[in-house]
Amino acid sequence: MQTKRTVFQARLLPYALLAPQLIITMIFFVWPALQAVYQSFLREDPFGLSAKFVWFQNYTRLIGDASYLNSLSVTFVFAVGVTAVSMTVSLLFAVCVNRALKSGRFYTTMLVWPYALAPAASGLLWWFMFNPSVGLIPYVLNLVGYDWNHRLHEGDAMILIIIAASWKQISYNFLFFVAGLQSVPHSLTEAAAIDGAGPVKRFWTVVFPLLSPTAFFLAVINITYAMFDTLPIIDAVTSGGPSQSTNILVYKVYADGFIGLSLGPSAAQSVVLMLIVVLLTVVQFRWVERKVQY
Amino acid sequence: MIKKLVLTAAAVALSATTSLAATEVTWWHAMGGELGKKLEEVAQKFNESQSEYKVVPVFKGTYPETLTAAIAAFRAGQQPAIVQVFEVGTGTMMAAKGAVYPVYQVMKDAGEPWDTKGFLAPVTGYYSDAEGNILSMPFNSSTPIMYYNKDVFKKAGLDPEVAPKTWAELATMGKKIVDSGAATCGFTLSYAATWVGLENYSAIQDLPFGTLQNGFGGTKTEFTFNGPNQAKFWDSLKKAQDDKVFKYGGPGGAAESAPMFYSQQCAVYMGSSASRAGVINNAKGFEVGFAPMPYDDTVTKEPKNSIIGGATLWTLNGQKDKNVYKGVAKFFTYLSKPEVQADWHQFTGYLPITNAAYELGQSQGYYEKNPGSDIAIKQIMRGTPSDNSKGVRFGNLTQIRDLVDQQFEAVLSGKKTGQQALDEAAKQGNAILREFEAANSN
Repeated sequence: MQTKRTVFQARLLPYALLAPQLIITMIFFVWPALQAVYQSFLREDPFGLSAKFVWFQNYTRLIGDASYLNSLSVTFVFAVGVTAVSMTVSLLFAVCVNRALKSGRFYTTMLVWPYALAPAASGLLWWFMFNPSVGLIPYVLNLVGYDWNHRLHEGDAMILIIIAASWKQISYNFLFFVAGLQSVPHSLTEAAAIDGAGPVKRFWTVVFPLLSPTAFFLAVINITYAMFDTLPIIDAVTSGGPSQSTNILVYKVYADGFIGLSLGPSAAQSVVLMLIVVLLTVVQFRWVERKVQY
Repeated sequence: MIKKLVLTAAAVALSATTSLAATEVTWWHAMGGELGKKLEEVAQKFNESQSEYKVVPVFKGTYPETLTAAIAAFRAGQQPAIVQVFEVGTGTMMAAKGAVYPVYQVMKDAGEPWDTKGFLAPVTGYYSDAEGNILSMPFNSSTPIMYYNKDVFKKAGLDPEVAPKTWAELATMGKKIVDSGAATCGFTLSYAATWVGLENYSAIQDLPFGTLQNGFGGTKTEFTFNGPNQAKFWDSLKKAQDDKVFKYGGPGGAAESAPMFYSQQCAVYMGSSASRAGVINNAKGFEVGFAPMPYDDTVTKEPKNSIIGGATLWTLNGQKDKNVYKGVAKFFTYLSKPEVQADWHQFTGYLPITNAAYELGQSQGYYEKNPGSDIAIKQIMRGTPSDNSKGVRFGNLTQIRDLVDQQFEAVLSGKKTGQQALDEAAKQGNAILREFEAANSN
C-alpha cells in the first residue's frame, strides 16, 4: 500500500515539475501556432466580424503571387549571405583570439558585446551610419565616387541588411568557434607541426575538419536566425524596400498581416514559414545525432 | 457584528465610488511629440470643463500601429471607446459595420445637438457615407502644401516672393537652383508616390484615381490611376531625379525629405500642412516661404481642390457601460467648438474643421499675422470638387500604398517606365481590392 502511494506520488511529481514549462509552451507557442493554421484556411475581415472557410485558397494564391516568389528568392540570398559573412568573419576572429595568449580574454569580451544589443537598436545604428542624406559612410563612399543609396539601389539595400544582420551574429558564432578551437587537442597540431606542416596547412587539414560539427551546427543556426530573427533589423533599416528587394518572408508575414491587415494570406505565409523551421530543425537534430557517432 | 460592519463599509465605499468617479472614455491616438502634448491638453481641458466624464488619451504609436492595436483589442473585447484612424484606414473602418458606431448615430442616440452644416464640406465629405451621414468625427485633417527656402531662391537669382506655380516652372527653377550651386537639390517630396505624387496629383489635375467615384460608390471599385498623364508625371520625376533636381526621400512619409529641406540641401519641400510648426522650428538660418501645390499646366489650366489627409476619430461598438457613449458625444461637441478648433488648428497647422473656427481665426487676425497659414484652407476650398477631387476611398489602402511606393522606386532606379510601373501597381492593387471586397461580403 505504502509503496503504491510513493509510486503514485512520483508519477505525478514529474508532471508537476514539467507543468510550468509545458503551460508556457502551450499558451505562447502551440496555441498561437494552431490558431495560425486555422486562420490560414479562412477569409476574414480585419475586425473578425465575419469569416468564411476557403480551404486552400490562401495557399494556392501564394504559389502564383509574384511578390511572394520574389520574397522567397530574397530570403534565400539574404540567409546565405548572412551565414557566409558572419561565419567567415567570426572564424577569422576566433582563430586570431585563439592565438593571442594574454589578451584573448579581453578581445573575447569585446567581440561578444554586440550580441547584447537589441536588434532594433542595432538596426537603427546601421540606418544612421548608412543614411543616404546624413550618414557618414555614404558621404565617404561618395568621395571615392560610389553613389550609395539603399533607398533606391536594390544591391545597396541587400548589402546593408546583410552587414547589419551579420554584425550581431558574428558575436554568437565567435563564441562557438573559440570553444571549438580550444577543444582541438594540442597534440594533434604539434604532431602535424613536427611533420613539417605550416600554420595554414595545419589549420585546413587538422583544425578545420575537427571544427566541422561546430561549423555545421552554426550554419543551421545562422540560417534560422537570418530567416526569422532579423525582422526588427529589416524594419528599422529598409522596411523591405526598395521595390521589395529586402522583403524577406518573415517581414512579409508581418507587413501583410499587421500593416496590411489581410489576415488569411498572412497566416498561410506564416504556416509555410513554420514548415521551413520544422525542416531545418529536423536537419539540425539529425546532424547532432551523427555528431555523437562521429 | 463585525461582518455587518464590513458589509456596511463596503456598501459605503461602493456608493462613494459610483457617485464620485467620472465615466472614463478611453481614446487611443497616434500623436507623438508636440502634437501629442497638445492633444493631451485638449483632453485635459475637456475634463476640467465638466465632471461627469473623463477622457483618457493613450498614445499607441504610429497610425498603422494604432489601427492594428485597436483591431486586436476589438477582437479581444478590450477596445477603446474612441480611436484615431488615419484617412488611409477610412475604407477599412467604413466596411467594418459591426465594429463602428457611426458618429452621427452616437450624437443622435445621446441627444446631443450637432450642426453638420457648420463643418467644412471637403473634410466631412471624405468621411460620409452615400447618404451623407458623417461616420467619423473629423479631428486632424491636413493637405499637402509647398514649403520653399527663400534664401536659396535669392542665391540662385530667383525672386523669393514668387513660388513656382506649375510643375514645369518648378523643374526650371530647380535646375537653376542646382546649376547655380545655391542648393544641391531642387525639390523633395513626402509621400512622393502616394498621397502627394499620385492621389493629390490626380485630384488637382481632375484625373480619376479609381472607378465608382474613386471608390466612394462601393467596394467594386477598380484603380484607374495608371492614366497617361500620371505616367508622364512619374517619368518627369525620374527625369528631374536624373538632373539632380528632385531627390527621393524614401517611401511613405519619406523620413529623409524634411531633414533635406531643413539642412538646405533641397530648396523645396512638399508635405502636410500640419508640418508647418515643425518646419518653422527646424528651419534654422533661413526664411521659409509657403505656397499651394504646383499644378500640371499640360493637363489643366484650372487646378481643382487638393484632397485631405490626417485622421478622424472613430467610435467603436461594444462598451459595456452605455454612459461611455454619452461621454463620447459630449466630448465631440466640445471638440467642435470654434475656440477649441481654432486653438488646435493654429497650433498644429491642421485644417480648421468648422467654418466658425476659420472665421474666428480671421477675426483674431491670425492669418494676417502668420502669412501662409491659410494656404491649405484656400487650397481645399477652391473650385467645385469633382468626383476626382472629393477624395479616395479604398479598402486595404495601407497595403496598396506600399506597393505603389515600390513601383515608383522601380521607376526611379530606371527599371520601369512610369506607365509600366503604374500598370503593375494598378494590377496588383486591384487584386488587393478584390480580396477586400470578398472579405467584406462573406
